Amino acid sequence: MAKATFSIRRGDRTTAEMVDYQTETSEGMVVLDAVHQIQAESAPDLACRWNCKAGKCGSCSAEINGMPKLMCMTRLDTIDLTKPVTIEPMRAFPPIKDLIADVSWNYEVKKRIKKFKPRKPDAEDGTWRMQQSDVDRVQEFRKCIECYLCQDVCHVLRDHEKHQEFIGPRFLVYSAALEMHPLDTENRTEELKDLHGIGYCNITKCCTKVCPEHITITDNAIIPLKERVVDEHYDPIGKLVKLFRKK
Amino acid sequence: MASNLVSITRRGFGQTMRKDNWWVAPALTFIGLGAFVLYSTWAAFQGNHYWVPGTGYLSPFYSPVLFDAPGMVSGHALLGAAPSWIPTWLPFSPALLILWAPGGFRFTCYYYRGAYYKAMWADPIACAVGEPRKGYRGENWFPLIIQNIHRYFLYIALIFLVFLAYDAYSAMWFQNADGTWKFGIGVGTLILTANVICLGLYTTSCHSLRHLIGGVFDVLSNKPVRKKAYDCVSKLNVRHMLFAWISLFVVGFSDIYVRLVSMGVWTDYRIL
Repeated sequence: MAKATFSIRRGDRTTAEMVDYQTETSEGMVVLDAVHQIQAESAPDLACRWNCKAGKCGSCSAEINGMPKLMCMTRLDTIDLTKPVTIEPMRAFPPIKDLIADVSWNYEVKKRIKKFKPRKPDAEDGTWRMQQSDVDRVQEFRKCIECYLCQDVCHVLRDHEKHQEFIGPRFLVYSAALEMHPLDTENRTEELKDLHGIGYCNITKCCTKVCPEHITITDNAIIPLKERVVDEHYDPIGKLVKLFRKK
Repeated sequence: MASNLVSITRRGFGQTMRKDNWWVAPALTFIGLGAFVLYSTWAAFQGNHYWVPGTGYLSPFYSPVLFDAPGMVSGHALLGAAPSWIPTWLPFSPALLILWAPGGFRFTCYYYRGAYYKAMWADPIACAVGEPRKGYRGENWFPLIIQNIHRYFLYIALIFLVFLAYDAYSAMWFQNADGTWKFGIGVGTLILTANVICLGLYTTSCHSLRHLIGGVFDVLSNKPVRKKAYDCVSKLNVRHMLFAWISLFVVGFSDIYVRLVSMGVWTDYRIL
């Protein structure tokens, strides 16, 4: 057993300070365990959102030593405990209290995206037929646990506060899951370009780096969507070829 | 229990709570890309030592040679000598006529875009690290909206691969004393062959190619050839960054090799 120092952001919506707490650590502990221990020992009023402790609910998102991570999936043996470990709430969203940030903006964004619109059923009983190989691509996107770490690390939201113009990597993944679905008939490229600000993404891949589900956000979702926008808006020769093919 | 006040506001340039060496990756990218841009620009303006007499070696920076540099006969020029109407005061080099194409392909490449936005423009310099500028327009408006023409550079890059493959083949032929040509393999042959392979891997792992070859469709199961091609490009695409760096190094080294052998500084050892 060894003592480690955790420097935790304490405060409300307007004022905050970093407060150092010392606690015993042991083998197998994760950051969330340390936070719970601190709550039990010295800070019962420390606000922290958590639920499953298994990396599947996406509740305990925070910034550990400056990097967006799930507290429940960050083992202490992966961190240098000789220096204070900083724990802050996600910076891309307004803080509420201590480690809790207000992520409700994300729920509003999701409502703005065109819903799934399947083609007519393939069979008389109202069911569809599709090949597994065709849904493989979008199944990766369905692993998302909506922890919003990708939104938090995205500099367009975090540093440039383009919340009104850019939907962020999470919802580009969501759009990709719908747009590339073999049954879907909706076209979302117009919105992606004009309302959802896909052009703001400059492909720095920070979202991919922090995704706890290891979704290849940039390469498999955002870039293919950017290419679909190019098809519709920036490729005159391609458009011309398609026009002749149709005729 | 000690405390120190911090404000949860936008951080300034380089400010972060990260404790790892976050600056190493952008610094290496800055050095690597910067060195390549400086060298390739210098080499493009030289207009000499781009082929090795008596061999089929041709620098990839100059391939395909449309016109030879004034006063030179490389034997590689597709259209012969430089046109006489080009003003003598204008710096002319065969590389300047063609290097915009592979340069444009790399400049608009999805991988390089992310890399140089970070390393050269600090936008952001690293993940979760403060930026120098508050304003941001992304690739929504001019000039960066031009990045969307990447696929056109891809088409040209694919054509360039054919020329580079021919150059690798040409590098297997060496001139005898009596003027006839004989098959052989030198170190330069291996380098120029490695060059076209590396550039081939980089080009065929391109995100735009992945889209055009199959990603554009939601259903690929009814297009077996496209499906196979899409799967192949997707597998290569996973290593696009690796291919980008390897091919950058190899193409630069290929020019250095041809240049130094042509200048007589290095000797080209024959294997066969």
